[in-house]
Amino acid sequence: MSIISPGFGGRRRSSQPDLPPGQYLTHDFPVLSAGPTPRIPLDRWQFTVTDETGAKHSWSWAEFQALPAEDVTVDIHCVTKWSKLGTTWRGVSIDTLFENIETTADYTMVHGYGGYTTNVPLEDLLDGKAWVAYQFDGEPLAPEHGGPARLVVPHLYFWKSAKWVNGIEMLQQDEPGFWEEAGYHMYGDPWREQRYQGD
Amino acid sequence: MTEHELDGNAMAGDLREVFAVDVTTAVATCGGCGEPSVVARLRVWGPAPGLVARCPSCDDVVLRLVRGPERAWLDLRGAVSLQVPMPPLGAPAEH
Amino acid sequence: MARTALPGRLTWRAAIVEAARQETPSARTLVLRVPDWPGHLPGQHVDVRLTAPDGYSAQRSYSIASAWPDGGTVELTVQRVEDGEVSSYLAEDLQVGQPLELRGPVGGWFVWRNAPPPVLLLAGGSGVVPLMAMIRARGDVRGRQPFRLIYSVRTPQDALYADELARRVRDDPGLDVRFVYTRKTPDGWPDPPGRLTVATINTYGWPPDFAPDVFVCGPTSFVEAAADILVALGHDPKKIRTERFGGTS
Repeated sequence: MSIISPGFGGRRRSSQPDLPPGQYLTHDFPVLSAGPTPRIPLDRWQFTVTDETGAKHSWSWAEFQALPAEDVTVDIHCVTKWSKLGTTWRGVSIDTLFENIETTADYTMVHGYGGYTTNVPLEDLLDGKAWVAYQFDGEPLAPEHGGPARLVVPHLYFWKSAKWVNGIEMLQQDEPGFWEEAGYHMYGDPWREQRYQGD
Repeated sequence: MTEHELDGNAMAGDLREVFAVDVTTAVATCGGCGEPSVVARLRVWGPAPGLVARCPSCDDVVLRLVRGPERAWLDLRGAVSLQVPMPPLGAPAEH
Repeated sequence: MARTALPGRLTWRAAIVEAARQETPSARTLVLRVPDWPGHLPGQHVDVRLTAPDGYSAQRSYSIASAWPDGGTVELTVQRVEDGEVSSYLAEDLQVGQPLELRGPVGGWFVWRNAPPPVLLLAGGSGVVPLMAMIRARGDVRGRQPFRLIYSVRTPQDALYADELARRVRDDPGLDVRFVYTRKTPDGWPDPPGRLTVATINTYGWPPDFAPDVFVCGPTSFVEAAADILVALGHDPKKIRTERFGGTS
C-alpha cells in the first residue's frame, strides 16, 4: 500500500534476525523526549521508594553513590522500532534498593523529574532485571539520555526505562503511566511486540 | 535522529487525520494554569513515541496524540476547553 | 448543487517528482505533481512519508515553497541536515520521475491570507521556505501590502532563492529584503557576521505603530530570539506568528 522508496533508509540501520519482531538495528543513540530536559543539580537530587503504606526510603546523590554498583551490558529496544545492542551501563541494582523494604504490593509506578511516569510490575524490577544507571559507556549519563540517573529495565520497551528517574511508588493495583494512558501497552514486552493497548 | 522541540503547527497533519477541521487554529485553555493558547503556539515534542503538546506558559501537558498503525489516541485531559473557529451561525450553506 | 461529499479524512496521496532544482550545495527544490491537489495557502506545509524496501518508515513535515496555482505543482525545498535520513534522501537521492507519499496541505495558522496590513517576515536558514511562498503569492496577486523580509543565513552561499529574491525586489513593488549573515559576509558588507539584533529589526522591520502581520520561521533558538526582540520593540504578541522546526532530519 505504501510507496517504496528504493535506497531510502539503508544508511544507518539494518534488520537482524535476532532482534525482536519489527525492530531495526541502530548504531547511534536516538533521543526521544516528551518535554523539556530537566537539569538536576546533584546536591538536590534524591531518589525515593514509597511503599504502599506511604513510608518513604530516600537516598541523596552521595548516599546513592556509596551503594554497591554493577556494570551491565544489555540490548535495548525502543517502541519506535530501533534496537541497540550491547549497551554498557553502570548503576545500582533495584534489588539493592529493596534490600530493607518490606512490601506486599505487586505493582510500581516509576517517577522521573519533569513529571514522567511509567508503570512496571515489581517482579520485573527485581532479581537482576533492572538498575538505576548513572553511567553510559563509561561516562556520566548525559541529561538528554536521562542523566543524572535513569531506570534501565532492558527486557521491556525502552519507554519503561524512565529518564531522570527519582522514585518508585508501590501500588496494590496496576495503573497506567504517561505513555500507557495515551495508548501504549501496560507491560511492553518487545519479544511479544506489545507496543499498543490490545497488542 | 535527535528529536527537537517543535510547535503546534507540526501537529496539523496528524490532527487532520482525526478531525474534519484544522485544530491548530483552535484555542486550548490549559488545565494547569488556565492560560489560553492557540494550538499552533503550543510547545510540542515528538513525533515519536507520540506528540506531546505543552502549555507555553507553564509547560503542563495540554494534548497528547499517539498514532498506532490502525488507531490514534488523543488525550485532551490537560485542556479545560478547545475553542474552535466556526463559520457564523445562520451563514448560508456551502454549495 | 448539493455538496457531494462530507469533508473527508485527510489521507496520504502519491506525488510524482516532476523536476528538481539545486538551490544551494546542500538544498534542493522538488517540483511535485500531485493528482487532485486541492490547492494551498502560503505558509502551509505537507507531511512526507518515506518507506524503505524492508518496511521501515519515517515521516517529516516540509513547508510548501510555491504559491498556488503557479503552474499547478507543489514545490518543497529541502535542506540536507547532517545525519538526517529523510532530508538527505530528499535532497540527494530521490530522482525525477519517482513517486513520493505526502499528506496535506495542512496548517491554517501560519498562513498569509492576503490581508491588508504590512507584513514583516523573519527567516532563519531554511525557515525562509514558507515565507517565500508568501512573497510568491503576493507577487502572483500583485499585492500592494508592503512586505519586508529579514533573512538570517550563515554565509552568502547558504541563501536560498537569492537570485529570485533580487529579481523580485526589483520587480515586485513594495518588497524589501535584508540579509543577516551569522558566520561569513559577502565582501564589502557593512556589518561583521553576527546574529539577528534589535538594531536590525528596528532598522529593517516595521515600527510597531504600523501594526504589521509578522511571520517568524526558523530553528527554535532563532524563533525565540526574534520573538523576544519583537515583543521588546513593542509589537503585539498576537500579531506575531511563529513556526519552529527542530532542524528537520
